[in-house]
Amino acid sequence: MAQILSPLPGTFYRAASPDQPPYKADGAAVAVGDVIGLIEVMKSFHEITAEVAGSNIRFAVDNEEPVMAGAILADLD
Amino acid sequence: MLKKLLIANRGEIAVRIIRAARDLGIATVAVHSAADTEALHVQLADEAVNIGPPAAKKSYLNMAAILQAATDTGCDSIHPGYGFLAENAEFADAVAAAGLAFVGPSGDAIRLMGDKVSARSAAHAAGVPVVPGSTGRVAGIEAARHVLIDTGFPVMIKAAAGGGGRGIRIAQNLTEFETAFPQAEAEALAAFGDGGLYMERVIGRARHIEVQILGDGNDAIHLCERECSLQRRRQKVWEEAPSSALSDKLRDQLCASAVALARAVGYSGAGTVEYLYDDAADQFYFIEMNTRIQVEHPVTEMITGVDLVAEGLRIAGGEPLRLAQRDITPRGHAIEVRINAEDPSRDFAPFPGTVGALRVPGGPGVRFDSMLYPGYQVPPFYDSLLAKLIVHAETRDAAIARLVRALSELQIDGMKTTKPLFQALAADPAVQAGAVHTRWLEGWLTENASRLSAAES
Repeated sequence: MAQILSPLPGTFYRAASPDQPPYKADGAAVAVGDVIGLIEVMKSFHEITAEVAGSNIRFAVDNEEPVMAGAILADLD
Repeated sequence: MLKKLLIANRGEIAVRIIRAARDLGIATVAVHSAADTEALHVQLADEAVNIGPPAAKKSYLNMAAILQAATDTGCDSIHPGYGFLAENAEFADAVAAAGLAFVGPSGDAIRLMGDKVSARSAAHAAGVPVVPGSTGRVAGIEAARHVLIDTGFPVMIKAAAGGGGRGIRIAQNLTEFETAFPQAEAEALAAFGDGGLYMERVIGRARHIEVQILGDGNDAIHLCERECSLQRRRQKVWEEAPSSALSDKLRDQLCASAVALARAVGYSGAGTVEYLYDDAADQFYFIEMNTRIQVEHPVTEMITGVDLVAEGLRIAGGEPLRLAQRDITPRGHAIEVRINAEDPSRDFAPFPGTVGALRVPGGPGVRFDSMLYPGYQVPPFYDSLLAKLIVHAETRDAAIARLVRALSELQIDGMKTTKPLFQALAADPAVQAGAVHTRWLEGWLTENASRLSAAES
């Protein structure tokens, strides 16, 4: 069990753009360094990379939802 | 005259518009997202309506929620500010269809100027010099080769449906062009579903100069020019009025061309015609028209004494232009700098945070347009502009000295801001001499970024 936390406050996006598939589908496996989403802070976009590996990713935040710094973005097995 | 105005915006511009409306005796309704409940514009307006969640798409860009708020509160007008829905023709049409006055031009004028190809054609037809290039879309590579006679090299190939720098290719010579054109066509089709292309000569080193206009749908006047050559990633950071680069003769031509364009399109409200000025060749070229009040409008207000937001409200209320061209007499020199919540020592990383102690500059010739107050939590969801510091003095040199003085007074505890950038720029010989162009600042930053530590602020 591991968690991916948001390093920044802002708006969370699961895909690079609305017409693209999400970086990680629900339940997907994650390797260290994989991009799992974007945080938009004041109109600039920051890739969120996993610092831990795991399987069965479950997102705690929906696409386009606001997050605070330190909030849990996703849980991993 | 308008009676009750909804301000479809946030931040310093919402505050600015509320102030102008109140000066004119117009009641104000602020709208806000769930993240802006404590915002200054909400505190200052007569009424406030929560229009949705923090994400701009669900609040400040939510046309239905904004129109509903206007109807529910009995407004007769909507001011879009800048950004968000300000240049959205569909919104302007919807406001008009709801029987409300839109503070700005018609949806048709926004549409005409919002499309790069039609804006360029309108400018050309009004006698405004445009960058040498294709007249509208290019019909295939054979026609494109003929356009090269006018443009020469380097030439820019742009997707007609593109925007924000996407879908642009530059060819340095014919060989590159023969490869780049079909590629650009295929890319444009794939990216935008529209393979239409147009072509323009690449203007190498140029200044950004723009003309403020006011129109009432029948007539138009100009309020002189601004220069905004100091830009980072195509965002203006420091703006001045007037430009120190223009001769009186060229200034007259430039301003007259902006008025001709505004008249030709029946422009109503405040607008800006933007140009590139190649000072080596002493040539100016139309880039685009912004159909809204701009961030940097205060420098024009400082040198002309005209309240542009108030004039826009009067025009939207049905009054004809109150000012004739002969009433506009610029005086002195004004400079605006954008105090952003960004850390210039860390490549301008955004810095949402909470404002601690706040000391605002003042005294003669100083204006501070902002939504800050002590304890304000700057939300991460919107742009990073915190404040605009504007100074006015008799000469450009005196304005720079006054800027340095005002920056030394400014203190925003708890935040990283762009203040150290402006302290360094004000001390730079090239800035002091006005010897800059639109790509100057990015070069300067690669040399000087390490000096921009917060230690100075």
